This record gives sequence, C-alpha cells and structure tokens, in this order.
Amino acid sequence: MTSERPLTKDMKADGEALTLKEYERAGGYQGIRKALRMGPKDITDQVTKSSLRGRGGAGFPTGSKWSFVPLGKDAPHPKYLIANADEMEPGTFKDRLLMEGNPHQLLEGMMVASRAIEADVAFVFLRGEYVLSAQRLQRAIAEAYAAGYLGEKIFGSEVGLELHLHLSAGRYMCGEETGLLNALEGKRANPRTKPPYPQISGLFGKPTIVQNVETLANLPHIINNGVEWFKKLSYSADGGSKLYGASGKVKRPGLWELPMGTTIGELLHEHAGGMRDGVEFRGLLPGGASTDFLTEEHLDVKMDFTEVQKVGSRMGTGTMIILDDQTCPVGMVWNLEDFFAQESCGWCTPCWSGLRWAERILWAFEQGHGSEADLEKLEWICKFCAPGNTFCALAPGAVEPLQSALKYFRDDFLRHVREKQCPWR
Amino acid sequence: MLSSEERGEIEAEMLKYPNKQAACIDALKIVQRRRGWISDESIREIAEFLGISTDELDGVATFYNLIYRKPVGRHVILLCNSVSCWIMGYNRLRKRLCERLEIQLGETTADGRFTLLPIVCLGTCDHAPALMVDDDLHRDLSPDSAEQILERYR
Repeated sequence: MTSERPLTKDMKADGEALTLKEYERAGGYQGIRKALRMGPKDITDQVTKSSLRGRGGAGFPTGSKWSFVPLGKDAPHPKYLIANADEMEPGTFKDRLLMEGNPHQLLEGMMVASRAIEADVAFVFLRGEYVLSAQRLQRAIAEAYAAGYLGEKIFGSEVGLELHLHLSAGRYMCGEETGLLNALEGKRANPRTKPPYPQISGLFGKPTIVQNVETLANLPHIINNGVEWFKKLSYSADGGSKLYGASGKVKRPGLWELPMGTTIGELLHEHAGGMRDGVEFRGLLPGGASTDFLTEEHLDVKMDFTEVQKVGSRMGTGTMIILDDQTCPVGMVWNLEDFFAQESCGWCTPCWSGLRWAERILWAFEQGHGSEADLEKLEWICKFCAPGNTFCALAPGAVEPLQSALKYFRDDFLRHVREKQCPWR
Repeated sequence: MLSSEERGEIEAEMLKYPNKQAACIDALKIVQRRRGWISDESIREIAEFLGISTDELDGVATFYNLIYRKPVGRHVILLCNSVSCWIMGYNRLRKRLCERLEIQLGETTADGRFTLLPIVCLGTCDHAPALMVDDDLHRDLSPDSAEQILERYR
C-alpha cells in the first residue's frame, strides 16, 4: 500500500505558503487546465466515481451534491461556489493547515468545482480569527488574478471566474451551510428552511454549492490523477487520503495526512504517540465536539464515514479529542454543552432552551448538586434535540457527546451524586 | 459621518455583492478597525450609508461576537475556552489572567490597556492552550508564559 499525501506533500518544512510559481513547479494548476477541457458533466462524473465525500463532517458525496445544480444556457446566473473555511468545530484544526501551507491548492480546487457547476463567482468564507490564512489567501488570490487564472477568460479559455475572500465576524452557526449563506448576505446567520436546497436557491437566491476546504483541496488531484488513483489512496470504501488529528493529553498532538480508513488505534498510538506519561486513556471524540464518544473497545475501528457510523458515532472532521483519566468526563461534557448553548442562534426552541438546560444540569453535577433523576432529564433532552425536532443540525450534533457520555461514563455521573462534588477537583 | 476613507473601503467591499446590505458585516468591521468599537452613532452612520434600518443593522451587529458594541481596550485578548484548551489548562490560564489584569471575562482593565474575552476554538488544538492578542496567535501556553506575552502589548 502506498501512502501518498497529495494534500500536504508539497508544503514547505518552514510552514511558509507556496507561491504561485512554486505551486506550479510542483504540478499545480494542471488540474484546472484539464477540467477546462472536460466540461461540467465529465468533471462531476469523475468526482462522483472517485467516491469523494465532504470533509466538513457530514460526509455527503461531493459529486452527487453537485448533480442537483441546474446546468446549460437556461440555468440561472450568477451561480456561486463557496469554500466553507469557517473552521470552528471545537477540536478541529485541519483547514488552517491547508490554507496557510498551500493556499493555491484551495483556489485551484475552487476553480475545478466552479467549472463543474458553471459558477461565475466564488467566495472563501473564512473565520475572522484566521489572520494568517487571510493574508496568505489574499496574496494567492492577487497572484492568480495577475496570472490570468481568475477574472475574465481564465487560462485563456472562454469562461470567467471572480473569486473573493470574505472575513467573517464570528459565530459557530456560520459553518452551517444555510447560516453561512445568510451571513454572506449580511444577515444574522440563522439557518434557512430546506427545501429549497442551495443547489437550486442559495446565495442571493441563485444556485450555490458550499464545500469544505479539505474537500475542495482534493479536487485538482482527482482530476489530475484519476479515479482509480484516488480510490487507492484509501484503506476503505470512502476514497482518498484524510487529514487526521489528535489533541488532548497525548504525547504528540498533531495533524497527519494518512490513508482514509486508518484505524483509531493507529492514530492514537502510532501517530499521536499514545498517552502522556502518568495519564490513562478514557475515551475520545472522533471528529470534533459534535460527535459521540468512543472508548477503548473502538480502537480497531477504521476512521472513515461508514465504519465510525456503524459503532454509533461519526468521523466528523477526523480530528480526535482525547479524554484522559485525570480529566472529568462530566466537566468535559459541561464544557461542550456550554459551547453549544452559547452558539445556538436562538431560532428554534429545542436548541436554545434544551441545550442551556442541559448545560445547567451538568454544571449542577460539577457543583455536587446532581441527582439520578437529573440523568433522566439529560436523556430526555437528548431525545428532544434529536434530528427531526430541530431546525438545523446544531442541536442534534450538540447532544451526541452528551448521549454517549451518559452511556459510557454513567458511573462517573453517579460518583458526582454520591460524593456530592466533582471527584476530579 | 463616515470618513471618506471608511466610505471608500466600504464601497470597495460592496463591489463583491449584488446589493448594498450584503456588505454590512464588512462595513461594521471596517469602522470597528478605525474606531475600536461600534457605537450607536456608528450604527446610524453605517445604516444610512447602506440604506438599511438601524434596527436591522444592530440585529446583525449584536449577533456576531467579533463586532464590539461596547468600547474595548487598546488590546483585545481572545482566550480560547473550547474543549481541547479546557482539557489542557484553560482554567488555570483564565484564573491567572483575571488575577493579573484584575478583571473578569468580558471586562476591560482600569487603564484601558486590555479587554479579556472568551473565544470559541481557535483551531490550533495541537498547541493548546491558546489565545490571541489582537491579530497575534499565541500557543502552548502556561500561566507564566501567557503573563509574559502580555508584557509585549503596551
């Protein structure tokens, strides 16, 4: 098995961004040249066959997402392509690397996706705190315009593409696809009713695709090297490599590009170096704050969209947060629910009311005021916030770590009740 | 009145969008960068310039946490309180900064030098705990190193 790292192999050891010249010397901007000769349907077809799934967390098949965008001369214009660079899922730090290390790769990915849906205008929706990403993207965009790779008649073709950087002003809700669209229109980032889906009526009511940074960065490589090559990068049915990460009390927290389907145990023990001396492993959130806990029994599970789902969690963003035995699991879940309650946009009741309620109960446990009856209330809130009961995916995601903590760390909750305090204090 | 520089910058942002309102978040950020925060007067001036109601603009301004509707200090500390930093020592860091600066989260020091705000995950979790001061990211912090870093900001 080859372990190719298409997304990160060209990045510099000193962490500086590749310039346009350096990117091209490494083979960059060949994918878009090829895509311009292919035509939209062929690009989408190739991406569909590659089995690329969205790297923002939901894992929706990318080609299939594009297939709903109206094409041809009767389609409404302008159409929009948006890079979701609002990396704000707690515990997630992968898109930062892609933007800081190789901004042109993202731009080329956006160009390829724009061709597939015949988009006229593209935006990078970047969180405001990513200052270095913003500087490097801004420079890369200027270089691309100066080279004739953006603007009118890109690469000497008959098609044009405008590309802008939008710096956001905060709020986790902006990462939600339709919340992002509202934010980009200068409104509060409340989610929108679906249907209509953004592919039909998105930004300013026009057909729009919103795609995660890592997903887009894969596209030039798929076009360049083909479907079979891309599938072979992976150990599993979901194609490609994946940026995996680990944070918490491991020996070597970090980020690694590895074959999709690398096991959780390999990530934890080989790449993150196992637990620090003096602390034991208790569990982990596989891909950000809004994924269910997994434990020791799951270390052989392959990290991909399908396999992690089979054991009751989600791969999410693929950046794991590790819980150790010196950290209170109830306190950790309190921290997560406090985050989600704060970031709820307030649009629907289960979310704004339920999440703050859960946070208050968890805080009571931490103060030694929790009871067994409170555990039932927490379970009820998890059901109350389940998919189908809320307007968007924020609350269902928010209760994933809570419902799984109640399952795996029930004894720790009960210890708080018995000892009338947090045993970790 | 918006200054001609402010108007010029906002107009440049407006070119990206099919309507004026879409530039309102950019406009808020432009004005905040020059004035430090967004006062009621700034809201009125921006709203008038973009042709939207002040209430609508204030609804947007108060939604986004990086828009400051109160005066802030010369330097804004954004202290990450999300899960990885929480595991790696956020509480000790917060305690030290609050003691050192003699303020709570959300407050500004008496000398107007620092405002201390919590922030959601800064996306640098492999180097937790972390904080930002203005545009600078600081990582792998201890209470001592965080305190030293603040000395650089006058």
